[in-house]
Amino acid sequence: MVFMVSTCLLFAQNNNKQDHSGHNHASHSKTEGDHSGHNHAKGDHSGHNHAKEDHSGHNHAKGDHSGHNHAKGDHSGHNHAKGGHSHDAHTNACGFVFDKSEFNPGAVAFHHISDQNIYSIGPWHFPLPCITYVKGKGLDFFSSGKFNADYHGNGTNAYNGFVLYEGTLRKIENPNFPTGLVDIGHHNVKALGKKNAKGKEIAVVHLCHDGKQLACENKSTLDFGLFGGGLTSFYDFSITKNVFSMLLICFLLGWLFFAIAKKYRNNPNKAPSGAQGFMETMFLFIQDEVCKPFLGHKWEKYTPFIMSLFFFILGLNLFGQVPFFGGSNVTGNLAVTAVLAIIAFFVVNFSGNGDYWKHIFWMPGIPAWVKTIVTPVEFLGIFIKPITLMLRLFGNITAGHMVIVIFVGLIFIFGKNGANVGAAWGTTIASTLLTLFMMAIELLVAFIQAFVFAILTASYIGAATEEHHAH
Amino acid sequence: MYAAIGAGLAVIGAGIGIGNVGAKAMEAIARQPEAVGDIRANMILMAALVEGAALIAILLAFFVGQ
Repeated sequence: MVFMVSTCLLFAQNNNKQDHSGHNHASHSKTEGDHSGHNHAKGDHSGHNHAKEDHSGHNHAKGDHSGHNHAKGDHSGHNHAKGGHSHDAHTNACGFVFDKSEFNPGAVAFHHISDQNIYSIGPWHFPLPCITYVKGKGLDFFSSGKFNADYHGNGTNAYNGFVLYEGTLRKIENPNFPTGLVDIGHHNVKALGKKNAKGKEIAVVHLCHDGKQLACENKSTLDFGLFGGGLTSFYDFSITKNVFSMLLICFLLGWLFFAIAKKYRNNPNKAPSGAQGFMETMFLFIQDEVCKPFLGHKWEKYTPFIMSLFFFILGLNLFGQVPFFGGSNVTGNLAVTAVLAIIAFFVVNFSGNGDYWKHIFWMPGIPAWVKTIVTPVEFLGIFIKPITLMLRLFGNITAGHMVIVIFVGLIFIFGKNGANVGAAWGTTIASTLLTLFMMAIELLVAFIQAFVFAILTASYIGAATEEHHAH
Repeated sequence: MYAAIGAGLAVIGAGIGIGNVGAKAMEAIARQPEAVGDIRANMILMAALVEGAALIAILLAFFVGQ
């Protein structure tokens, strides 16, 4: 299990593709004088058309500039003024618009299930250690408390060239940015749409500092560009929220099992009591329903592995269900489920006997021409099995979490972000009931998915170690 | 958008498949209530395997849609 955690540390999932434009930012009054330095940077912006000619005044409070089309070189036509500005909109010195009246449920859901460098319980943020490796500069170790994140997880400080955007670290690309603590203030980091090399629209976080736009890089991810990530100039090995939750669950499970084992050692002839009774029921259920029937004659050898998988996944599934407690979504993170599936893949294939490989590459008992069809399918099956293990757990847990976030988001959609208080109250009641119902289902799913992962791994191992005597 | 339609079609297929697995398992349990334990374990295993096919389709739809 410790191995699982340490391997998960090496993976970092990218959840940063989407533009989080639709978050509720508190309207932030700024003095008019701030806008005089309206420097859109590098002189190559073409479509900077303001409805009003007067740039020095730049009065955003009245919603009078409709087409704020500032294009910074490669920003081709990213219109920041979606549907005109309401009185809730706030624009900073670089022209980043923070529109309070806009609500994007998809982006909010993605933000709430993603991994973060801070641990948030309600309105409080608890700092977590950040361990970064920058190419050419080496390791850096600091606390995410340095960023002094606002209620939304956006840092109000930059530290050593890093900024915190929605709880995750970003590195300022400009190497001349001063190291150490730099005050960047509120409402100066925002993800802006940008076309990447493949012509795909991606979100790039920008920092507005001293009237200049500075692009920020995402952390490196090992997805080889499949999910919009890839290797960048820095690696994030931080103890993030997910890693912290994993360590916490490992510690809790270890403590629970060692305490129970001690009870069995000290009182071998007594009936189980307390947590011992609960855990014994679950342990025996997995042993009798999963290990003995599916693992075959070598079940005792693989039982510890199946039990580790089951209780690790179950613990994390249940921990992710606790409301208001950081909402860590560990088993709904593709990197974590990928590592679990890779471990299952290695265990299955390293314990496979001669018969297993013979059945894949030269299936006995069928005509030769059928073998030419069966062999590629069986060979692909070796890899498809762990891929489906990975996706099943990820999909089920992520879908459950997202549905809950979207049910809560219904309040903001129907209440028009506070404009319609009556509808907001009505939807609150409805969405509370829906969320409670969904959480009851999720509790069931937490057990079923842990069980399914264990039973499938057990059946794959059982198939790989099965002895065939006659055909 | 085509990717989303593809994912939806895959989910329809998986839904029919898992529905069949569940229906037959219920029938089997009604016929032989004493075998409920074995049937339940195999039902979940079969449902998971059917779901696996849909997951591959959804993964493909996701990559195409990227």
